[in-house]
Amino acid sequence: MAQTITRVSTPPPVRAAAKFRLPWPLSIYHTAVGKKWVMGLTGVALLGFVLVHMTGNLHLYEGPQEVHEYAETLRNLGTDVIPRTWVLWGLRIGLIAAFGLHIHSAYSLSRMSMVADQRYVGGRNYIAANFASRTMRWTGPIVGLYLFYHLADLTWGWFNPDFVRGDPYHNVAESLSSIPVAIFYIVANIALSIHIFHGAWSMFQSLGVNSPRYNHLRRYVAGGLASVILIGNLSFPIFVQVGVIDDEGRSFVEQMEHSEPHASSAENPVQP
Amino acid sequence: MSARINLTLKVWRQAGPDTEGAFVVYEATDISTDASFLEMLDIVNERLIDAGEEPIVFESDCREGICGTCGLMINGRAHGPQKGTATCQLHIRSFNDGDHITIEPWRASSFPVLRDLAVDRRALDAIISAGGYITVNTGSAPDANLIPVPKETAETAFDAAACIGCGACVAACPNSAAQLFTAAKLQHLNLLPQGQAERWERTEAMVETMEAFFGSCTNHGECEEACPKEIPIDFIAWANRDYIKAKVKNRKLAG
Repeated sequence: MAQTITRVSTPPPVRAAAKFRLPWPLSIYHTAVGKKWVMGLTGVALLGFVLVHMTGNLHLYEGPQEVHEYAETLRNLGTDVIPRTWVLWGLRIGLIAAFGLHIHSAYSLSRMSMVADQRYVGGRNYIAANFASRTMRWTGPIVGLYLFYHLADLTWGWFNPDFVRGDPYHNVAESLSSIPVAIFYIVANIALSIHIFHGAWSMFQSLGVNSPRYNHLRRYVAGGLASVILIGNLSFPIFVQVGVIDDEGRSFVEQMEHSEPHASSAENPVQP
Repeated sequence: MSARINLTLKVWRQAGPDTEGAFVVYEATDISTDASFLEMLDIVNERLIDAGEEPIVFESDCREGICGTCGLMINGRAHGPQKGTATCQLHIRSFNDGDHITIEPWRASSFPVLRDLAVDRRALDAIISAGGYITVNTGSAPDANLIPVPKETAETAFDAAACIGCGACVAACPNSAAQLFTAAKLQHLNLLPQGQAERWERTEAMVETMEAFFGSCTNHGECEEACPKEIPIDFIAWANRDYIKAKVKNRKLAG
């Protein structure tokens, strides 16, 4: 062997070491295992948001008024202590930070793995890796794009000519009544659930939550969360299409605003 | 009952680290099903030498599945189709007459091909050098059972210590991550009383050396399936937990 093999120098590292010693929390984030922790922790936060968001949206089945009251409740969170919408904005800022960190760590870890990996010319078989785990780098960006569209459509009202600010029921019913939009929502939510199916399991490993007594439950937890979120989120575009969620183009908030001046003028005549 | 079968091999041939490689097809005729996979390659090589051709370079040493020297990607699976088996312990009886077998070296940026099927795995040695040991005073052997170890702990540590360092986990990983190797080497010492003194220093040093050479774990679980010693990915979770603890504890020590 000694004659046939030419020794090369030690393989060069695929990743350069930090140029200087980073301060403490950053020194954890700089490493891949640290980034996986951040992925896991932000994943928990984002998963919690998705679950609460889906549950809150079930108010759509109660009617326009209840959805409006739910939205007001969110804006009024913590009004006893601090000004209105501050708690909501705090949660939003936390979510934006979690999204930013989740995306940044995913991006840099993917880069690292792409540099480290080499293709098998003769192909390879996957035994343990499933569709969800292998498509994380696709389902992630799909969910990201969907999130942007979702915000632009239902929060900022860029794409919906009938958008009425502050009337979620009306906006959801109007947006999702369009077939292409409903299909996009369905596809994106399937991608989200596939992402959650691997992410929720992977999170346990990355965060070191591993105990022989409970390990067999981790796949079920991931599958259960993914299914609940899938069923809940898919129900909205489907039931709008079917006509269960429908306000026939009449905005509850607009009607309220039109009727209010009469009511208030009758009870409290404007003083000259 | 031994039979003799014919196989068609598609073998990766590469003259050196800096040359282009390609697949070459060889007919392996009249091979006993009792032959091991490496013995089959030996027979093919003898015939190549007789014909005046260069034999196929591959690595092997103990041929009883405990040294970790052999390791081939056989039909797209690290160490071939049989679970929990190193290439040397895989036998031709696992194949059928007329099978086509693709043989490729381990592939990872930090496993450069030296020649044909032999790769340079010194990046794994770098991880061990960073902390895969305990520091003790040499002298006469200590008395047996001087340090009590609970049975479960000893068994779990032994499961990790079964790692032979073949590199199949890296080869099988779609990210070329060496997480299973590093985690096994870490936990084999971190679980035992003898490994406690250097536990946090070791964990930080070995993980960070690993990250210089290999990709990032995405918890596919391919490594566990490829491992000839069937080391579970639970060790990866425990190593992840130890790593964050090490980052916190070492900061206090450094202060």
